[in-house]
Amino acid sequence: MLKISKLHASVEDKPILRGLDLTVNAGEVHAIMGPNGSGKSTLAQVLAGRDTFKVTAGEVLYQGRDLLPLSPEIRAREGIFLAFQYPVEIPGVSNVYLLKAALNAVRQHRGLPELDAMEFLALIKQKMALMEMNDDLLYRAVNEGFSGGEKKRNEILQMAILEPKLAILDETDSGLDIDALQVVSKGINALRSPDRAMILVTHYQRLLDYVVPDFVHVLSQGKIVRTGGKELALELEERGYGWLEESAPTTAAHAAAKS
Amino acid sequence: MSTTQLDELIGNEYQHGFVSDVAADSVPRGLCEDTIRLISARKNEPEFMLEWRLKAFRHWLTMSEPTWSTARYPAIDYQNIIYYSAPKSMKDRPQSLADVDPELLRTYEKLGVPLKEREMLAGVAVDAVFDSVSVGTTFKAKLGELGIIFGSFSDAVREHPELVQQYLGSVVPYTDNFFAALNAAVFSDGSFCYIPPGVRCPMELSTYFRINARDTGQFERTLIIADAGAYVSYLEGCTAPMRDENQLHAAVVELVALDDARIKYSTVQNWYPGDKDGKGGIYNFVTKRGDCRGARSHISWTQVETGSAITWKYPSCILRGDDSIGEFHSVALTNNYQQADTGSKMIHIGRNTRSTIISKGISAGHGQNTYRGLVKILKSAEGARNYSQCDSLLLGGECGAHTFPYIEVKNPSARVEHEASTSRIGEDQLFYCQQRGISVEDAVSMIVNGFCKEVFKELPMEFAVEAQKLMSVSLEGTVG
Repeated sequence: MLKISKLHASVEDKPILRGLDLTVNAGEVHAIMGPNGSGKSTLAQVLAGRDTFKVTAGEVLYQGRDLLPLSPEIRAREGIFLAFQYPVEIPGVSNVYLLKAALNAVRQHRGLPELDAMEFLALIKQKMALMEMNDDLLYRAVNEGFSGGEKKRNEILQMAILEPKLAILDETDSGLDIDALQVVSKGINALRSPDRAMILVTHYQRLLDYVVPDFVHVLSQGKIVRTGGKELALELEERGYGWLEESAPTTAAHAAAKS
Repeated sequence: MSTTQLDELIGNEYQHGFVSDVAADSVPRGLCEDTIRLISARKNEPEFMLEWRLKAFRHWLTMSEPTWSTARYPAIDYQNIIYYSAPKSMKDRPQSLADVDPELLRTYEKLGVPLKEREMLAGVAVDAVFDSVSVGTTFKAKLGELGIIFGSFSDAVREHPELVQQYLGSVVPYTDNFFAALNAAVFSDGSFCYIPPGVRCPMELSTYFRINARDTGQFERTLIIADAGAYVSYLEGCTAPMRDENQLHAAVVELVALDDARIKYSTVQNWYPGDKDGKGGIYNFVTKRGDCRGARSHISWTQVETGSAITWKYPSCILRGDDSIGEFHSVALTNNYQQADTGSKMIHIGRNTRSTIISKGISAGHGQNTYRGLVKILKSAEGARNYSQCDSLLLGGECGAHTFPYIEVKNPSARVEHEASTSRIGEDQLFYCQQRGISVEDAVSMIVNGFCKEVFKELPMEFAVEAQKLMSVSLEGTVG
């Protein structure tokens, strides 16, 4: 589904990603961990097409196609979804309006008819029940006055509605209390499927207790320095990142052997 | 989303820029007492009108053009303007809409304002003003059954001189300001509306203003009187052809609300804004004021200003009656080289008077947007309250937003609140929408409409939809 080779990206001429390789297949859940400033969020933003980050070298193939020339909205319509670390507020635009516009843009791109108001409402009610969200959040302005937990639930709600092929979750667990974390995790798990891939960007292991990844990668200084199974996350929790940064980066062969 | 993309996106196309081929009957260029006598004679006005005009003109001669606004424009040559232009076919005034020149009807149809009885907008009575005269009013007879007078100012002067004489200039006297004095001297037509006591006007009343002739100024005057306990909702719309020269539009609107009366006045102003480089466009220098003369009267102004090269106006309320209410809701969009200096004045005189000001300024391109407002609470205004909120949204890096709120409070029991914010249309917001599959154009339109929502919801339903479309069109362009 996704093949990233030797990706370099910088912001304002400052290199952030420095030769990152990553392959993600349909049905897999990959966790990306790493210290602050290692490039985790940059990777998420670059994949979604944010133009403040310049790709200076390397290649990204998505479903066999070159991803990098595509505009953010085309990537989204092609099935890439980014759950934002800091979801943006849009005053005066109701949550339901944004969702409907988004869903219809995506459906149109996929050659599907637009949903009428009744069908849309039925769909959204069902997904909101899953995320344990109150109906009033639908009619409030996008993320305006939402608590941290409501914002993150709202991101997962959007993901559930848009049914992406590749979901990138950027620190979806940050700022959540334990109850909210469980609800969000339930939402994410409900969307795991053999034809959907997920990349979870996270600082902490606790999300991975609920959403168990197939692979854990450690990002340091813009490169993946270690790849392992879910037990790697526990090891990191115990030992921190320091020991990895000092040791030599793992080879691709090592990563493959682990999987 | 780069700045260049944004800049391309907000390049707009004016949709009402065509010129109608209608033979015009104009007075000679320039302004002197004879011009005024000529205008008054053309309109068969009673003596009191001519006298009033001449007094206004003589007063105007003693005044000089104000310079305090932030708007910058070359000096206007008042002797190079044609002060009166009417379609020739109006000389023998049509008796009904059926007699109106088909070319004129076509013009209004193109603008989306059908005047033919058969296709009329359901539930909206329209008075159409073309250059200097009113070309027709729909639903006149139906409104007449309720005692509502709605039609051209010229007709009102002839048919209801007592009402005109009683109220004309009672809210905006000809001495008020330079442009109001000029308007009083030369105004040619406009709409007049009187709602008798206790009558709730059953439909939206609307005037559609169109400037067509070259080098012509439009000086219309609107007077609306809601007698005790009456209610009326009124909407004006405006367009003009695309021309390289600037054209002056100096209108006056007076509203009078007596005891328990309510007037809702909405404007969708889309005069030609000039081209991408700031060439041409309308100078929209307008005085609008409402007088809450009676107790518990209520006047609300709602305006959506997307057109004109320069907009300079402050729809105001004089809250004279006890417990009266004044409201001002405004969206002003400036793109390319447009300039807008607009806001409101709320003068609290009566006890427990309340006012609200909600102003939304949107600047794009090289547009400059100024909010200027005055909240004045006189000593007599025991328990007065005001809430003002001014928000500015910037699109791109070359535009500007300015806020000048003036507050004067002479009564210690008054409560005045002012909130202001300025934000740049977030690249974050745009990216967020794009990441959900929404195109940049739709995203900008969605974000801008969201920003204006508080104001749009004040518009009559049909026009709220129109206003949203207008905003999208004004921001439309190609995405690179």
